[in-house]
Amino acid sequence: MIGRKSRVAPTGNQSAWLWALALMLVVALALGVVAVGCGGGEETTSTAVSATTLAPSTTAAPTSTSEASTSTSVAEKSDLILASTTSTQDSGLFDVLIPAFNKVYPQYTVKVVAVGSGEALKLGETGDADVLLVHSPAAEQTFMDDGFGVDRKAVMYNDFIIVGPPSDPAKIKGMTDAAAALTAIANAKALYYNRGDKSGTDAKEKTLWKAANITPSGDWYQVTGQGMGETLTIADQKGGYTLADRGTFLSKKGSLQLEILVEGDKALFNQYHVITCKNAKNVQGGNDFMNWIVSADAQQNIIAPFGKDKYGQGLFIPNAGQVE
Amino acid sequence: MGLLWDSIKQAVLRLASGDPFVLQVMWMSLRVAGTATIFGMIVGIPVGAWLAIRKFWGWGAAATVLNLGLMLPPVVVGLFVFMMLSRQGPFGSFGLLYTPTAMIFAEFWISAPVIAAITMGGVGSVPKEVRLQAMGLGASRRQTTWLVIREARVTIISAIVAGFGAAISEVGAVNMVGGNLSVNGHNMTGTMTTATMAFVRQGNYALAMAFGIVLLVLAFIITFILTRTQQGIRRRWLQS
Repeated sequence: MIGRKSRVAPTGNQSAWLWALALMLVVALALGVVAVGCGGGEETTSTAVSATTLAPSTTAAPTSTSEASTSTSVAEKSDLILASTTSTQDSGLFDVLIPAFNKVYPQYTVKVVAVGSGEALKLGETGDADVLLVHSPAAEQTFMDDGFGVDRKAVMYNDFIIVGPPSDPAKIKGMTDAAAALTAIANAKALYYNRGDKSGTDAKEKTLWKAANITPSGDWYQVTGQGMGETLTIADQKGGYTLADRGTFLSKKGSLQLEILVEGDKALFNQYHVITCKNAKNVQGGNDFMNWIVSADAQQNIIAPFGKDKYGQGLFIPNAGQVE
Repeated sequence: MGLLWDSIKQAVLRLASGDPFVLQVMWMSLRVAGTATIFGMIVGIPVGAWLAIRKFWGWGAAATVLNLGLMLPPVVVGLFVFMMLSRQGPFGSFGLLYTPTAMIFAEFWISAPVIAAITMGGVGSVPKEVRLQAMGLGASRRQTTWLVIREARVTIISAIVAGFGAAISEVGAVNMVGGNLSVNGHNMTGTMTTATMAFVRQGNYALAMAFGIVLLVLAFIITFILTRTQQGIRRRWLQS
């Protein structure tokens, strides 16, 4: 009744007031929606960004093939979803790997989803990814045992390094035993940043602590739950230690004061595997990618030289067929 | 479909079991966004009201800056706050980076412009006659200003809610200056948004969904209270 009355006989001032009120409410709500929208948008950026960053790499593929496909469409193009890790993406490997793959197999539009190893495996499980390139052996084994994978092959490895502040409070510089270095950090209770994001790096770190027979806990052992880049920034800002893959560290080195303190231990090597998924939509594409990436051509001409021009050293060492 | 349903089910279980980590993260979110909103009110409401009532040289520029603040991308705010608090930055020696204080500081810059801009619009749309009449009846300048602000109270409440909404749903800036840190499974600087992002990255959709549900319920409760307040005020206003 009241609402009706107001609609029927508002005075001039009242209606202006009501209109202003309605308008402001709409603005307030719109702002709320925008704010929520922003939040949501940012949450998805990690995947969205990888989708866009891969766009140049696919379009940068030999123009002849992309032209051919657009003008004549000889073969139907199909999407091939490759789930991999942010550290692989950050290294820039896909910018050369995907175009090279497309040169041989122009019929696939490769979409790289760069996430943590944990999520990559989850995407393989749900069938949202056709093929995986990951580096978390224990979790991969579980994935295979659970029957989500079809085939799994070794591809290459890179290595991890322990980085820390130049002051090096735990005195680990120059050590060649990663477990001993971690023991020294734990004994000194020196600030250490763990990614804690179930990534390959996080899994590797956990095996190293296990090897050192230490369950890290205490105020000095902090968890970021974030990617390698962010964790390096945090460790740098707080003057703490962390385990990093060499590629990400080298690419960020310019903005960091952290130094490489421990390297070269075999335990720090990081094995990558390619896995085809049982629930894949594009089974043929997954198989083609797996067979291509372990081929001599991809191994010796694409993976081995990658990074040499920029860092003077290859970031990945191909070893398909040499290890399990 | 199975995945969505499963995550929701597990999320509800996690919430119902009162998982201490989930509660800590919720509390951190509310604490940071709440404090930032209170500071945003303290600064934003007077600035907005002042800009609405007074016209002065350079008013256009000031209003433009305020509206720009409304459009400020939170990530940019985060970047600036990060640069300020970084060890290499001007306030680096205070060691504030990756603390709740840093997050409150960043969220303040996100909520304050929203509160100020909406307040400005609301106070500005109070009919001029109200002021003239009040002054005609012998009210002092301060009393008149207070009256006008009171007239715009519904809009100001909306402004506060919008400011809080902007702060609590923000993720880029808080992640950059907060770091989403935890120690021994005890949350230090994680908020619901940054934790959600981290859990999605780990493929832990159940916990991510738990925070998603909490944020939705929170939005519902706040909107409900806001709407009730507006209804109440409107009813009283219509009866008088």
